[in-house]
Amino acid sequence: MTQSTVQSIEELTQTALRELALLDNSDALEQWRVRYLGRRGDLTSILRGLSQLDIEQRREVGALGNRAKSTLEEELEKRGQEISQARLAQVADLERIDVTLPGRPVATGRLHPTTQVVREITDAFVAMGFSIVEGPEVEWDHYNFEMLNIPQGHPARDMWNTLWVDYVNEEGQRPMLLRTHTSPMQARVMESAQPPVRVIVPGKCYRYEATDATHEWHFYQVEGLAVDEGITFADLKGTLFEFARRLFGSERKVRFRCDYFPFVEPGVDMSIDCFSCQGSDSSCRICRGSGWIEIMGAGMVHPQVLAGVGYDTEKYTGFAFGLGPERIAMLKYGIDDIRHFYSNDLRFLRQF
Amino acid sequence: MQIPLSWLREYVDIDLPAHELAHRLTMAGVEVGEVTELGGWENCCVGQVMEVNPHPNADSLRLCRVNPGDDSEMEVVCGAPNVAAGQKICFARVGARLYNTHSERHETLKAARIRGVVSEGMICSELELGLGDGHEGIVVLSDDAPIGMALDDYLGDTILDLEVTPNRLDCFSVLGVAHEIGALTGKPVWVPEVRYQEDGPPITGQATVSVADPDLCPRYTASLIQGLKIGPSPQWLQDRLARAGLRPISNVVDVTNYVMLEFNQPLHAFDLDKVRDKTIIVRRAAAGEALETLDGVERELNTEVLVIADSRDPVGLGGVIGGANSEIGPSTTSVLLESATFNSYNNRRTADTFRLHTDASQRFEKGLRPELAPIALRRATQLIQEVAGGVIAQGIYDIYAGSDEPAPRVTLTLRRLKQILGMDVSVDQVEAVFQSLEFDTERLDETTVSVAPPYWRSDINIEEDLIEEVVRIIGYDNVPTTMLSTPIPYRQPAPMTELKARVRAALASVGLQETISYPLVSLEDLERVNCFAERSAPLRVANPMSAGHDHLRPTLLASLLGTLSYNEGHNEGPFRFFEQARVFLPRPNQLPDEREVAAGVISGLRSEPSWLVDNGPLDFFDVKGMLTSALALLGLTPSWEPAPGEENPALHPGRAANLVCSGHKIGVLGELHPSIAERFDLRYRPVTVFEIYLDDLLTLPVGSGRNFRSLTRFPSAHRDVALVVPEDVPAGKVQDILDRHRLVEKVELFDVYAGENLQPGMKSLAFHVYFQSSERTLTADEVNRTLDGLLRVLQREVGATLRD
Repeated sequence: MTQSTVQSIEELTQTALRELALLDNSDALEQWRVRYLGRRGDLTSILRGLSQLDIEQRREVGALGNRAKSTLEEELEKRGQEISQARLAQVADLERIDVTLPGRPVATGRLHPTTQVVREITDAFVAMGFSIVEGPEVEWDHYNFEMLNIPQGHPARDMWNTLWVDYVNEEGQRPMLLRTHTSPMQARVMESAQPPVRVIVPGKCYRYEATDATHEWHFYQVEGLAVDEGITFADLKGTLFEFARRLFGSERKVRFRCDYFPFVEPGVDMSIDCFSCQGSDSSCRICRGSGWIEIMGAGMVHPQVLAGVGYDTEKYTGFAFGLGPERIAMLKYGIDDIRHFYSNDLRFLRQF
Repeated sequence: MQIPLSWLREYVDIDLPAHELAHRLTMAGVEVGEVTELGGWENCCVGQVMEVNPHPNADSLRLCRVNPGDDSEMEVVCGAPNVAAGQKICFARVGARLYNTHSERHETLKAARIRGVVSEGMICSELELGLGDGHEGIVVLSDDAPIGMALDDYLGDTILDLEVTPNRLDCFSVLGVAHEIGALTGKPVWVPEVRYQEDGPPITGQATVSVADPDLCPRYTASLIQGLKIGPSPQWLQDRLARAGLRPISNVVDVTNYVMLEFNQPLHAFDLDKVRDKTIIVRRAAAGEALETLDGVERELNTEVLVIADSRDPVGLGGVIGGANSEIGPSTTSVLLESATFNSYNNRRTADTFRLHTDASQRFEKGLRPELAPIALRRATQLIQEVAGGVIAQGIYDIYAGSDEPAPRVTLTLRRLKQILGMDVSVDQVEAVFQSLEFDTERLDETTVSVAPPYWRSDINIEEDLIEEVVRIIGYDNVPTTMLSTPIPYRQPAPMTELKARVRAALASVGLQETISYPLVSLEDLERVNCFAERSAPLRVANPMSAGHDHLRPTLLASLLGTLSYNEGHNEGPFRFFEQARVFLPRPNQLPDEREVAAGVISGLRSEPSWLVDNGPLDFFDVKGMLTSALALLGLTPSWEPAPGEENPALHPGRAANLVCSGHKIGVLGELHPSIAERFDLRYRPVTVFEIYLDDLLTLPVGSGRNFRSLTRFPSAHRDVALVVPEDVPAGKVQDILDRHRLVEKVELFDVYAGENLQPGMKSLAFHVYFQSSERTLTADEVNRTLDGLLRVLQREVGATLRD
């Protein structure tokens, strides 16, 4: 009994190992495991029969059986790894796909380039403590011109060709218009708040103007205004310099030159050095060879404007500036024609 | 303004290269747009025609012997009709690069045989030299032109094209620019000296001048030149005007233009013999009066128009344009010369009324100082006599309402200068700046300077103007660069700005492309989208630029459909557009109500053609899915209520839903009305559109947005339920009944079916229903009991039965 049991264990082990060597997939391995090592498997049955042996034999054969069991388990494990490694070695060939086939289309939506650039501009100023406010697109002459030191009949009105709303008031005047700039919010904001004021005003503007590659009758503007005790032209320079560096790179240089807007005095125009050619290319498309690119108009708020909203002009000073997001976008992205912005051609919009 | 450098050099030394000068002017606020060089004429010089003979082989050509200055004589073939012996001309030797009028490009001149005769050079026309368009004849130089002088030295010039801002009236004149250059370079400026003999009888006996309306004409000066002869101006005068962009006309008129360009003061010359009773009256026009102006147009005048009249009729529009009835002509011998100051506001209104923005009105409207009038009058009187001869009457008329008060002084304190600029400037530096600008400067104390600006600077009125003068002359680079150091003011955040940004981001994130279109549309566009059923007439623009853009839009729909139709022209889609903008709703005697709306239009195939995707057209439910997701990003779960057809005339009456949150309508979604799709000739159907009203979103009660719900740790159980309901029961209603039970965590509709195996008039709705409690694990029993209860409610409320 002992002898035959020992022998059958050894034979079983040999048979099992021979079979195991021939197996090549995990299903077959599982069947093999069930057959030899499972609860009703061959080796298990033999070991279960040990209970009929006496204790000495039982120990001896039991030890043999356990060794056989662990041998089989180890070999199973080893074979399992071999098979999985062999399969992995082949997986490239077995499961190859054509990765050059197009992916499954997913719908994407983008923001209009103007929206993106307005956001960039306002973010830069918000980081410097400016708050965003917005104003009406249809305005009174009073806010668009009068309060900005541009009275009726002032020759400077020619700087803003105006689209007037067909509305005549009781005095027979036509006082309603499409705002020609976002500057009317200067007066509106100051009328409703005492200093300190630090706001930025993005929005649409309108001009009676023929369109060409650089002119649109409908466009955006971002206006800025800071008024408090002790605000100086030096602060204006610093604020706009910081803005230029945020939008166009930290190595940017800025330049100010004298310019005229009736609601500021002194008035300036800010240019940045050409980020494309750094002034080295006399045929540069961006700066036209000058090395400088005009970015915006600015200046110290005219005392007439401050007085108009009831501020003490001896005590308070401030600066204002205004810039065109389309122009900034054109510079940043190399867009050659402003008319692309509002014709809504998908081929244009999808590039941003 | 075109300013020739050669003219500027009459008044100020310029030793800077032209481009450097242009840069300095630009930085100081007088922008130079372009610098044009006249010249570059190598191998060209001043020559003299010694002899003109007929060409042996051609009637239209002449053989000329030309002296190029070295006493050699060259034989030149010339076809110009105006060539004559003795003339000083522009001679081009072989090797010169000139514009060839036949090939229409610049070429090097070669010795050529013309009809059998060798021409050793060329006598040039304006066109060949690039001086102008004239090619009818050769350029004839003035008699004093030095033979042999290189043409570049004699005719070469540089033209500065100035873009003058409206405040810098002074820079509309050559002398004004010279003063500016003097200030920038430290060079002295010479103003032409005026000296002439008044040999005629007193002006008062020859002509009468009076001003009836001094409020519109504060100063009127006049002189009289008699016995002069009208003719062409001398060449130098014609050249100067031409280079400054004015067309020479005749000697007297040319002088008035010349002095206007020189001193800025517009002048007018009347033929005194055409002035009735030799009487000039400056007055408002009478009602019903008319005047034919120099441009040949008969103009009806009104009583706000200032005219220069003779004893009976107007002979000119004051400060704008002269009248045809007193125009200088070839036979004129007596000229009454006017140099006056007109009210700028009235002048501008007159120019506006007649749409006559002349060189004169553009100066007067900006406010010329009265001191200038007599200065310019004398200068022009002298020049007229120089170029047209005649005798100058003794004395001038000078009718000046104001007295000779000194110009108002403006005071600058160093304290204010520092308050504005943020830097210290010494009193010496400030004084030096003002002196360089030729301001009459007085130091009141060590921190205060008072100035009287000269007559050409009418833009200096307040202390800040002086501060600008200081900073633009010392240079903006010298001002320090500092960051704002005042406290950041608190401002109530603007919720709409934030909401608009979030709505845009949400709509883009569900695959919609943002567009921005013109807020002005045409009535036809609005009619095409049936937008008038509920809204009053939109606001109209009084002076639209085109008929297509003349009304402020009360809806975004027309624009979006326009965008769709435009893109269908060159794109296969899919088309998923939205726009976030304002619509304008008129209010009587107020600014319109500007309401923020987000709207979209969606059509085409669900995705771009793909080997993977089974494609169908984008429809109502695609867009409802997009909106559901987009609104969920904003924390909103609206209910979708069938919208009555009459409420939305632009939408398909059976396929439109109102979006309702907490009882507020926040938007609408629907298929475009088929008749509108027809009108826009749209390629793909269906077209789905939506609108979201942002102002209404802002009024939603607090708490209807995002609210955190704790994550339950107990498992959910789910049951599939197929319900049979009458066809007219909205699925949303069934879903709502399921949803509202407190143990129901989520309901998903996964199948809708009608047809075989169902009674006619019935449909089947199949749901996954998820049950969950935040307090415990639900037992199967509890779940089943809850479901049974729900089924009873469904049976009662909508007649639902379980499908077998």
